[in-house]
Amino acid sequence: MKSICKPRLSKRDYAQKKALWGFIYVLPWLIGFLIFFFVPLLSSLRFSFSSITANSDGITVKYIGLQNYVEALTINTSFNRVLTESIVNIVVNIPLIVIFSLFLAVLLNQKFIGRSVARAIFFLPVILASGVIMNLESTSLVQAINDASSGAKVVRSLQSFELEKLMLQAGVSEWIVNYLTGSVDRIYQIVSQSGVQILIFLAGIQTISPQLYEASKMEAATGYEAFWKITFPMVSPLILVNVIYTIVDSVSTNEITDLILDTGFSAFNFGLSSAMATIYFLAVTLILLVSTYLISRKVFYYD
Amino acid sequence: MRNSRLLSIESWKRWIWSFARLVLIVGLSFLILYPILQKISTSIKDKEDLYSPIVVWVPIHFTWDNFKQAIAIMDYWETLANTFALSISTTILTAITCALAGYGFARLKFKGSNLLFAGVILTILVPPSTILIPVYLNLKDFTLMGLIPLLTGKSANLLNTYWPFILTSLTANSLKAGLYIFIFRQFFRGIPKEVEEAAYIDGAGIGTTFSRIMLPNALPAMITVLLFSFVWQWNDSFFTTTYLASGKVMSVQLAALPYNLSGITDGVSSQSDPFYLSMVQDTGILLAILPLILMYFCVQRYFVEGIERTGIVG
Repeated sequence: MKSICKPRLSKRDYAQKKALWGFIYVLPWLIGFLIFFFVPLLSSLRFSFSSITANSDGITVKYIGLQNYVEALTINTSFNRVLTESIVNIVVNIPLIVIFSLFLAVLLNQKFIGRSVARAIFFLPVILASGVIMNLESTSLVQAINDASSGAKVVRSLQSFELEKLMLQAGVSEWIVNYLTGSVDRIYQIVSQSGVQILIFLAGIQTISPQLYEASKMEAATGYEAFWKITFPMVSPLILVNVIYTIVDSVSTNEITDLILDTGFSAFNFGLSSAMATIYFLAVTLILLVSTYLISRKVFYYD
Repeated sequence: MRNSRLLSIESWKRWIWSFARLVLIVGLSFLILYPILQKISTSIKDKEDLYSPIVVWVPIHFTWDNFKQAIAIMDYWETLANTFALSISTTILTAITCALAGYGFARLKFKGSNLLFAGVILTILVPPSTILIPVYLNLKDFTLMGLIPLLTGKSANLLNTYWPFILTSLTANSLKAGLYIFIFRQFFRGIPKEVEEAAYIDGAGIGTTFSRIMLPNALPAMITVLLFSFVWQWNDSFFTTTYLASGKVMSVQLAALPYNLSGITDGVSSQSDPFYLSMVQDTGILLAILPLILMYFCVQRYFVEGIERTGIVG
């Protein structure tokens, strides 16, 4: 009896020890999560149902129900417009960024001269395209002059224009044409937002076992077939990862967050600002849920 | 005969594809490098060249004046030192605490650990602007659950200090920390369990197993997290301009650059040319990203090769 019990006990000890250490390892994060995330999240929710006034003792919070939400959605002049614009922007950019980064990851995975240089350049946007630099860049006067004097703008719009005419005459629907030419015009934005996604796809492509490609080659599959029958299904779980990353990445700073910050810190209307933030969070969650649902139905899992 | 023709078609196809690939990659690389090249060209131009129609890329009157102006306005060396200190300290703290949490979530399962991991996912998903205001108010009167007023008599104002950054990174809740925890967790899950068990049988405790066996194996994940964390902290304007509005760090100085620039026009009226100001601003941006670019080209080899084994897959 004893001899059966003993190893079991020691095993349980090890498991218990692991559980204890697991808790200790996670503890710093848990403390931070409570102080810097969970409590603020709850108070943000509370603020959104209250009117907040600052006085000498700090702030007083008074419950006023849904008034802030009503104000954000019906009275505030810019919220609706900015929210829809931001969301449309995100939704429009997702497929472009994901397809573009998958394409580039396949390209960068092939062997050619100067591959490492090309990779280094393509990951450069991960470093450069964030925060203030992006904002200031869009307002650079010198760049505007240079573009104007070298005729870059004219040439670019002309190209799009010709392409548009060509495709319209070929019978492509107008909506698709506008989408495509629009994305050609925004190519810099798309390239600069897809650095991390390219990395993720590249990592995924490199885990596909080479035997699969060898086998398909023996059965005379073309590169095109190999892509659609092997590469694409194998990286499809990563499409989900990338869609989620793209959404999360693009919600962190855009016009709507600027509006929320302005309402909070310039107009000192913390209640309204919190209501806006909550609506925005719900909208983002909705996009995430819908896209996760749509994609995970199609995703192929190897195991 | 037939064989050689087939071969030639094949080789033609290959050549055409190589050419298309070359054009595409060179074109897109140019697109990425274009703004940087343009900034370099602008920053070494003299004011005269700005209006000269014959100067496009290479200036006729080469000058360092823009750099001198921008360095003076941004207080560049001090700002650079501050930004370095801030980014490096948050990066190291974040990497350590995120690695611990990632390992805890991956291998040391305890009751409720899945629920807590859902919390990590929540921190990734909630837009930072949603919780910014309560966090701001919290930091303005920081009490640490009543502990600080108990000791000193009043709450501490942590705004415009480095404390918000140190505290959040010490507790693995800094900028995008959820993502780093996720990366670490996925990576640790990819390392075979047998490795750990072998270490246990050889007498290693959990701490030793983590620091001597798992962490060295997770080097690619470590490099990725270190690089991302450093760069994103360096460039971050969202938190930095809110918590550290009057601090001398790069992103605050950059955000304030247009305003500070208008200050220099007061003394000499001939300088109040908006194009000249924009030129100095471009130089300022170049100065701010220059250390990052230099650093990137030093570590990109490890980074590009490391990411392939980061195990985000899974």
